[in-house]
Amino acid sequence: MSKWSMVIDLDKCVACQACSIACRFENNTPVAAPDQAELGRAIRWNDVFPLPVEDEGEYPNAKERYMTRPCMHCENPPCTKVCPVGATYQDEDGIIRQNYARCIGCRLCTVGCPYTVRYFNWSVPDWVSPLTEHLNPDRVEGRGALEGPSIRPRGVVEKCTYCIHRLQKAHAQAEAEGRDFRSDEYVPACVQTCTGKARFFGDLDDPNSTVSQLSQKRRAFRLLEEAGTNPKTIYLQEG
Amino acid sequence: MNEAWHPKNDGEEVVLSPIHAITNSDLWLWSILAAILLAGIVSWGIQFFVTGLAATGLNRPVYWGLYITNFVFFIGLAHSGTFISAILRLAGQGWRKPLTRAAEAITLFSLPFGVTSILIDMGRPDRALNIFIYGRFQSPLLWDITAVSLYLFSSVVFFYLSLIPDIALCRDRLTEVPAWQHRMYEILALGWTGKNSQFERLEKGLDGMAIFMTMLVITVHTVVSWVFGMTIQPGWHTALIGPFFLLGAIFSGTSAVVIVLAILRKTYHMENVLPISLFNSLRKLLITFTLGWLYMMIAENLTTSYGNLQEEMRVLGQKTGGDFAIMFWAMWILVFFVPLLIFIFKGKDSIPWMVGATVMVNIGMWMERFLVIVPTETRPRLLYELTKGVYHPTLIEWVITASLFSGLILLYAMFTRFFPIIPLWETADSLEAGENEQPSRGFHRHKFGETVATLKGK
Repeated sequence: MSKWSMVIDLDKCVACQACSIACRFENNTPVAAPDQAELGRAIRWNDVFPLPVEDEGEYPNAKERYMTRPCMHCENPPCTKVCPVGATYQDEDGIIRQNYARCIGCRLCTVGCPYTVRYFNWSVPDWVSPLTEHLNPDRVEGRGALEGPSIRPRGVVEKCTYCIHRLQKAHAQAEAEGRDFRSDEYVPACVQTCTGKARFFGDLDDPNSTVSQLSQKRRAFRLLEEAGTNPKTIYLQEG
Repeated sequence: MNEAWHPKNDGEEVVLSPIHAITNSDLWLWSILAAILLAGIVSWGIQFFVTGLAATGLNRPVYWGLYITNFVFFIGLAHSGTFISAILRLAGQGWRKPLTRAAEAITLFSLPFGVTSILIDMGRPDRALNIFIYGRFQSPLLWDITAVSLYLFSSVVFFYLSLIPDIALCRDRLTEVPAWQHRMYEILALGWTGKNSQFERLEKGLDGMAIFMTMLVITVHTVVSWVFGMTIQPGWHTALIGPFFLLGAIFSGTSAVVIVLAILRKTYHMENVLPISLFNSLRKLLITFTLGWLYMMIAENLTTSYGNLQEEMRVLGQKTGGDFAIMFWAMWILVFFVPLLIFIFKGKDSIPWMVGATVMVNIGMWMERFLVIVPTETRPRLLYELTKGVYHPTLIEWVITASLFSGLILLYAMFTRFFPIIPLWETADSLEAGENEQPSRGFHRHKFGETVATLKGK
């Protein structure tokens, strides 16, 4: 049993958006047509966006701030609580997962999430060529479950899963090799790809893990701490 | 079959007359309403089979829009009947009797459209059964489904029970109707013979159900509000949302009763059966509700603005001076200022004024539902500058909305042509015991609507 957590050091983030791109390819996120994106229907499990800055300054002393945002994987998630069918749930490792095969599309979780990190498939997921030929073949499905990078049907909610399929693969590999699974064998795609090495991933229950130690830093904070959701995605402030 | 005994009612002929003949204008009205309903069904078909919810104006973060507004509104409208027939029954308000059925019929016919609204809003209505297979009672949506379906079921039973003696009356009096219609009355009357013991049992059953229905009516709309109130979103997460929804529901429901009564009175010439005093009684209730609405509004908005929490103020700002300002202030005029003035100064003994005011109240209450739901979504807690919500409902949403209202009116209009819309047995002048079989002890002194307990006490 682990408590998976991500730490994002905003000092190191260069806002290159590589995490977003890696996430899209890893998880087969559908592409939104420009008119749909304009309406606010683009799906971005991981998003990078400029923060509003007071007194932006003038070139060459201009100030800009960026923020990157996956799912918070709250310890006290407002979204799983309200799901009428258990399509979104917190697994034993604390990851908030989403079963596309069971979701009824009521969107109570999407309005319940204070971080608005949950996305709805307004239309049938679509890709343009050549993306269609290069979808990630990894799947999390079977026994009434359809999760992670599996192709979603229209009308269901989807969200960041900390790349749950990678965790499952790592577990399977350890099992095949007849050894115990080590918590450093698994990282989500965004962490793996991060250009500035700003993202860290690991087990918060292990006091020696990088994330545990970083989470103790004075710079560490969580988004909307006052909401009582207790996110496991932790930020390190720009200093 | 022997004819049943029926209490004598002078209004019988008037009340039964609409059932005798379906006029040409009826057929016109029905076909227009059916056409709008059909347009809505086709639109939903397109949404379901072809486009998905992409056909709506919904987006992130405005995930809920017109459909959920309609859901809340229809469930609210449904509170008319139960309020009038259950709560006023328990309160011993005898004046309610002529309008009970007309009010309950609003309940009965608007509830299904509330339920339908949820289905229309779902991304995967084909998976609706998952709610029963995998249902989690931790979810407010399941509370909703439980409360609303129980409410629908009980309303049907309550409505039907009080309808039985009148169906029997139709069976015995309306012999010239088509054979299938007569057969329908025969089956639905369940062999009612009008014995004292039957009336007694009926009263007992209705009184018992009235208590149950009163609890339900309070629960249902509170639970509907909790779908919003249980989230931690600004503007929704307040304990007041439940009572406010309930008051709004009874307010719009009672207003709808005024509209329906006025139409029935005029088109079916029921001036004597539905005296103007009914409107005056409803007027007094409506004045109370209007002021209650003001109280709730002040309680909610003063708490928010005095507390001045940033994220709450953004939502309030959207209403008072932002994207929804016109609608917000229009709502104040439609629900509060003008209706209150009309109710107080013009409404007495004037049906046109009452109808005007209550139509305004209902339009305003629909807007209020919209204003509770959408502005909160347009200003999410996190980084609202970046995920500012904008919502422009599309044609398909409006067509479906219009079709739901047409459907309600259609069902109602058709019902009045097949069943007496005024409860004849409840409004009966007196029970002439001599015509009936051996009366049970004290029965001839029993006035309908009073509890059986008093009856037995005498």
